[in-house]
Amino acid sequence: MANTSSKRVRSISYAKYGYLFILPFFVIYCVFQIYPLVNTFYLSTQSNGSTQTEFVGLDNFEALLVGENGTVSYGENAGNKGGRAWKAANGDFTRVMGNTIILWVGNFIPQILISLVLAAWFTNSLLKIKGKSVYKILMYLPNIITAASSAALFVMLFSGTELGAINNLLLKMKLIDSPIPFVTGVSQSRVMIMIIQTWMWYGNTTIMLMSGIMGINGSLFEAASIDGATMTQQFFRITLPLLRPIMLYTVVTSMIGGLQMFDMPYLYKSGTVVTRHVETVAVYIYNHFHSAVSPNYGYSAAASVLLFILTGILGAFAFAMNRDKDQKHQKRRKQNKLL
Amino acid sequence: MSVSMSKEKAAKTGSLRAKDIIITVVILLICVLSILPLYILVVNSTRSSGDITGSGVSLIPGLNLFKNIATLQDWTATGKVEYNALVGYVNSGIIALSTTFLTVLFSAMTAYGIVVYDFRLKNASYTFILAVMMIPVQVTSVGFYQFMAKIGLTDSYLPLILPAVAAPAIVFFMRQSMKSSFPLEIVEAARIDGCGEYRTFFTIAVPMMKPAIAVQAIFAFVSNWNYYYMPSMILISRNSKQMTLPMMVNTILSNDKLADFGAKYAAIMLSIVPVVIVYLIFSKFIVEGVALGGVKE
Repeated sequence: MANTSSKRVRSISYAKYGYLFILPFFVIYCVFQIYPLVNTFYLSTQSNGSTQTEFVGLDNFEALLVGENGTVSYGENAGNKGGRAWKAANGDFTRVMGNTIILWVGNFIPQILISLVLAAWFTNSLLKIKGKSVYKILMYLPNIITAASSAALFVMLFSGTELGAINNLLLKMKLIDSPIPFVTGVSQSRVMIMIIQTWMWYGNTTIMLMSGIMGINGSLFEAASIDGATMTQQFFRITLPLLRPIMLYTVVTSMIGGLQMFDMPYLYKSGTVVTRHVETVAVYIYNHFHSAVSPNYGYSAAASVLLFILTGILGAFAFAMNRDKDQKHQKRRKQNKLL
Repeated sequence: MSVSMSKEKAAKTGSLRAKDIIITVVILLICVLSILPLYILVVNSTRSSGDITGSGVSLIPGLNLFKNIATLQDWTATGKVEYNALVGYVNSGIIALSTTFLTVLFSAMTAYGIVVYDFRLKNASYTFILAVMMIPVQVTSVGFYQFMAKIGLTDSYLPLILPAVAAPAIVFFMRQSMKSSFPLEIVEAARIDGCGEYRTFFTIAVPMMKPAIAVQAIFAFVSNWNYYYMPSMILISRNSKQMTLPMMVNTILSNDKLADFGAKYAAIMLSIVPVVIVYLIFSKFIVEGVALGGVKE
């Protein structure tokens, strides 16, 4: 392989094909991702609403993070047709970030707990569970259902009138006296979104953790069970400690995903009213630039930039972890080769 | 468990049996919870509206499925809703199929370029792909939308389809699988036999990478079919001939003047039929693909 002549053939005369093969990717990426990213940064320094070409420096960031201290409210003269009146941002980012964190924590904790237990059961060779592959398929099913359809289904089932299916049932069973506002209530809608998100994602997490557990050397479990360790002991002493890197990775990627949470918080509503208490960062960004009347690019872009910074920090973690894994992998491979 | 099983161990297996049963029951319960909402959806789409308002939840299907679908068609015909399942299938199908095709083809090409050839920017370009993999679409969407609005490409499928050429995460996966299962000697052998570089890629590399391409294609198709964010952002005029299926479902939801619950459930049900069928056919690949994503070999 280390034959110099063959190497020269590859490196000298074929290099241009390397560029040709990767060229379409980079051209499209630059036009549709890099330029928009730069444009977003630019727009974050511009004003909002109908006066969107005015340079305002970091005012948008100030407005988003702490509120505007007597400065001009650029959003004031923005369009207010169709009930879409945008007032100036008053520390909006802290509010939507808070919503995002609440919704993420509330769906991640139950999800990781359920998934860990399920993954440990599924991978335990001592347990005789029949039909594992069918269960996995059923558990993953909610994840592939169109989010818009799931949202519509849950809104119909949990709608806040006595005609909503669940309220209807609860009223009939005399468990409640008046319908519960599952869709419009502050804590109710948050809990519902957490439940729906958990429902959608636990299958995915279970499968990911399973493959993590299966990566653990099986002889460890065998040795432990010969020494008389119980299932619970094995789980806490072997599975959990060895699963830590993958768990950490799952947490970080889930956090990145959580920062982008859009579909459910945006779609789980009745009518077209924006529900403030479940408005996540992504929904806020969308709501502010996506108005046919007069988009508030400034606020929206500034929120995007903040989201970019947060994702960047989390992404750097995930990246470093991934690279560590790669390097370890390569080392192991080298060792294997030496052997 | 080995052949020499002591009494103690036999007793243990006895208690394990009981454990097996309990655990299986719990798992079954969780599975039931997973599909219960969808089951209720299917059942309700077959019940009459009066029946549904009478008792919201039932596990027994009714006989009104076709009547509900007829009501739905009537709504569409009279312009009460902008939901038309067939048009939605076609629109979402066009977008999902073309994005899937572009994504897997160009991702495979990019991965191939990075794995097979030696060039000066090889490592730099791979590092770049790794670095941008995590950038969420929401971050660039303001700039993207403003850019598209400026050059008049809103209400067009082009900005929904063309960006699919550049999918960093899929390039990453393709590269990983190529690194582990594509022998570079084959490329050299093909060169010696006088095979051109593109031909080598299309006639040798692509067939060899079929499993990886298939998994990515299924994922790309499902996620693009389900995608709400971008289409609703770009197709701003909400032209009913252009809307994708998820957007249409959303119009049903945001219209609270529609009184027939059976028909509404039928609309939601029809919107998930194609993706459920695709899932049931390819579920094995999908579950395996998810597992692969977890380990990131």
